[in-house]
Amino acid sequence: MSMATATAPPVERVNYLNKEYGVASWLFTTDHKRIALLYLLSITFFFFIGGFFALLIRLELLTPASDLVQADTYNKLFTMHGMVMVFFFLIPSIPAVLGNFLVPLMIGAKDLAFPRVNLMSWYLYIIGGIMMLHCMLTGGVDTGWTFYTPFSTAYTNTKIVEAGLAIFVVGFSSILTGLNFIVTIHRMRAPGMTWSRLPLFIWAHYATSIIQILGTPVVAITIILVAAERTLHLGIFDPKLGGDPLLFQHLFWFYSHPAVYIMILPSMGVVTEIFACFSRKRIFGYSFVAFSSIAIAVFGFLVWAHHMFVAGISVYAALVFSLLSYAVAVPSAVKVFNWTATLYKGSIHYDAPMLYAFGFLGLFTIGGLTGLFLAALGIDVHVTDTYFVVAHFHYIMVGGAVMGYLGGMHFWWPKISGRLYPEGWARLAALIVFIGFNLTFFPQFLLGYMGMPRRYADYSHMPEFQILNVFSTAGATVLGIGYLLPMIYFLWSMRYGKPASDNPWNAAGLEWKTTSPPPTFNFDEEPVVTWEAYNYAELDAPQKDKDKQEVPVAR
Amino acid sequence: MLDNFPLWPERASTMAGNVDALYIFLLIVSGLMTLLIFIAVVYFAARYRYRRGVPAEQIEGSIPLELTWSIIPFFVFMAIFLWGAVVFFRGRTPPRDSTEVYVVAKQWMWKLEHAEGQREINELHVPVGRDVKLIMTSQDVIHSFYVPAFRMKQDVLPGRYTMAWFRATKPGTYHLFCAEYCGTQHSGMVGSIVVMGPAQYEAWMSGGSTGPLSATGEKVFSELGCATCHRSDSQGRGPNLQGVFGKPVQLEDGRTVTADENYVRECILDPGAKRVKGFQPIMPTFQGLVSEEQVNALVAYVKSLSNSSAAGANSNAAMALPAAPDKAPAKAATQGSQVQ
Repeated sequence: MSMATATAPPVERVNYLNKEYGVASWLFTTDHKRIALLYLLSITFFFFIGGFFALLIRLELLTPASDLVQADTYNKLFTMHGMVMVFFFLIPSIPAVLGNFLVPLMIGAKDLAFPRVNLMSWYLYIIGGIMMLHCMLTGGVDTGWTFYTPFSTAYTNTKIVEAGLAIFVVGFSSILTGLNFIVTIHRMRAPGMTWSRLPLFIWAHYATSIIQILGTPVVAITIILVAAERTLHLGIFDPKLGGDPLLFQHLFWFYSHPAVYIMILPSMGVVTEIFACFSRKRIFGYSFVAFSSIAIAVFGFLVWAHHMFVAGISVYAALVFSLLSYAVAVPSAVKVFNWTATLYKGSIHYDAPMLYAFGFLGLFTIGGLTGLFLAALGIDVHVTDTYFVVAHFHYIMVGGAVMGYLGGMHFWWPKISGRLYPEGWARLAALIVFIGFNLTFFPQFLLGYMGMPRRYADYSHMPEFQILNVFSTAGATVLGIGYLLPMIYFLWSMRYGKPASDNPWNAAGLEWKTTSPPPTFNFDEEPVVTWEAYNYAELDAPQKDKDKQEVPVAR
Repeated sequence: MLDNFPLWPERASTMAGNVDALYIFLLIVSGLMTLLIFIAVVYFAARYRYRRGVPAEQIEGSIPLELTWSIIPFFVFMAIFLWGAVVFFRGRTPPRDSTEVYVVAKQWMWKLEHAEGQREINELHVPVGRDVKLIMTSQDVIHSFYVPAFRMKQDVLPGRYTMAWFRATKPGTYHLFCAEYCGTQHSGMVGSIVVMGPAQYEAWMSGGSTGPLSATGEKVFSELGCATCHRSDSQGRGPNLQGVFGKPVQLEDGRTVTADENYVRECILDPGAKRVKGFQPIMPTFQGLVSEEQVNALVAYVKSLSNSSAAGANSNAAMALPAAPDKAPAKAATQGSQVQ
């Protein structure tokens, strides 16, 4: 602490960033905010690795022939793109960075319930990440991130077991994060922070945590079974050994479908906060938005076989899963309508976080509605395993989840770093990402309905698909620039950005009632909550000295 | 009209119109929903943009509105669900008396064998206007038989049969894709479906056959010694196979199953799994002893014992057989050994 006062300007308060310096103070920290930053660095690293694979994929598809890379290399590229993006970026992205940083702050806690478990989850992530990097550098995997059997257990000669173990390990980091959140939200809310006063970001993370805890063990078991069949030749999935290849798909999707909600629910939580703040309004239908998160988490477990309509399941099973898939669409639609209604009679600001939230709304709507196409059995037969599916899930997982993530990073950046990002650049980046995204992925819907199958290294038999692929590759270039920009100006702002006030957006929520950046234990004194969530009416009430508004203090 | 739209796949089967109609309906419904949301967002965002001194009006929510925008979408979704299910069922129910083609997928080719005996690789010739049923299996990993112009796709699994059917409506050559990732040359596992007019098809069919598949199957049946137990006079140690196919079968464990292609297949490769009531478990497994093609031939043969028209074909086959007595099973056997 004495070091901090020695190096920092005399007026700067002691906060979680300048309290201690040195590598050890980061690597052995149990401060949820510092761990969030460790996660931020690590997932950004993997995001750019995954993005690099995506770039190579798009370049290869610029021409029909397989000319830039060999088919084997291409197959490894899309496999590793998927594995890195899903397990090492999307699943940890919002929960492990923004969730880690904000859950204790938003509920008025000093830290997560299990700070050391939190640090352990980051180490597990890093161990899994190193295993994955090692696997990629020494040959990689070519099964697609879906590991379908018996290809993965008996036919490929790539590093299935190693990749599987990397995912197995990183899965535990996800479980521990979820566990920590659930206990923290139950046990560590500040006095007065009732369930109905929780920010909807917390509700979304609560729902996400349920999925992480209940779903992730299933994929861990599945990986063990794949490894067992591959190394010990136990007959589980391979029919030649007496197994059933569809059993694998059931187990895999039982986790991997809900995993999509692990990615999108936190993003929904982020944009809910943003819509409220930049419309200066209480969220329309608070309890419907809150419970729709829980409904999505629950129904999300009952729809896995909609990935398998043409896989050889019975028509009656397909019927049930199609029906349930429409059931899960209802709470998602409810959310979209409530966000839209929140804008009504608001006082709307167009700062960069809001632009990302608008982008989220548009892309999630398109992604969600194209989900209705895929859930319709008759259409799914034609478009499943084509680029229609590729476009659909990118609209949800990149258009939705990443837009929300970037929106949240901008919204809370002043709190995280204590600095303001350059607003003009941020608005430009939001626009570039939105345009680049649509240019990349919209043509893929058309390609999919035309019948272009996914995971094709070479489409020289169907040159008619080239023009749309060229559009898509061009869009990916734009999108890449859009993603690089925030990284550059966030880094820039850490040194040159204007210092942020405690509450630069004049936003509701306890995280804004402490300093920017917050002190190590978040609040100088334990806050007591006496107001409802999203009390923008009070915040905007004409009063001269509202900046001096004090946090009530526990007696 | 839409056939000329360059962003639309060709429409060449009876299913294609059904799928496209539902697709267009969904485009309209989701287009309207998107428009509704976008217009509302853009309008609210412009109309209620920040103005100094005009505070936001706090609105708690509205239960009637919440119910409206839950229930209306729900019924719209149910309508889509029902329509999708109807199209799906039609696409999944092969009509009776279809022409049968046995498909064996392997890394990375399609092997196709017509019930009449013609064999093809990566190319399938079919007549226009006739129902074609595909009985498919894989020698190795999962593949998927996908013909975009027919809006038809079905995964092809090792160790079992999956079925699909179509009726082509327009002569031409259409893409056949493998749609389930299957390894290095996945994108090379492509072929074509050649839809021919009746006259050309007859001409094409008249050449290159080694006799009906069921005749090949009969040959395999006797070569493997199946006939010693599965006697046609019901005195054998195994069930009499005459008239069995397509009928319910009583099993030793009390269950009843229908003797379909998958059941016959399972009985050959895993005879103990679903043993017929009243018979001893004495049949050995033929797993690894017969190729996928030979299993297909045996299935076609067993089927021909129950099917009057196929039985007719079979008697034709019996007449045709002396012309090429040993070729067919020998060929099947060599092909089998090549791939194993």
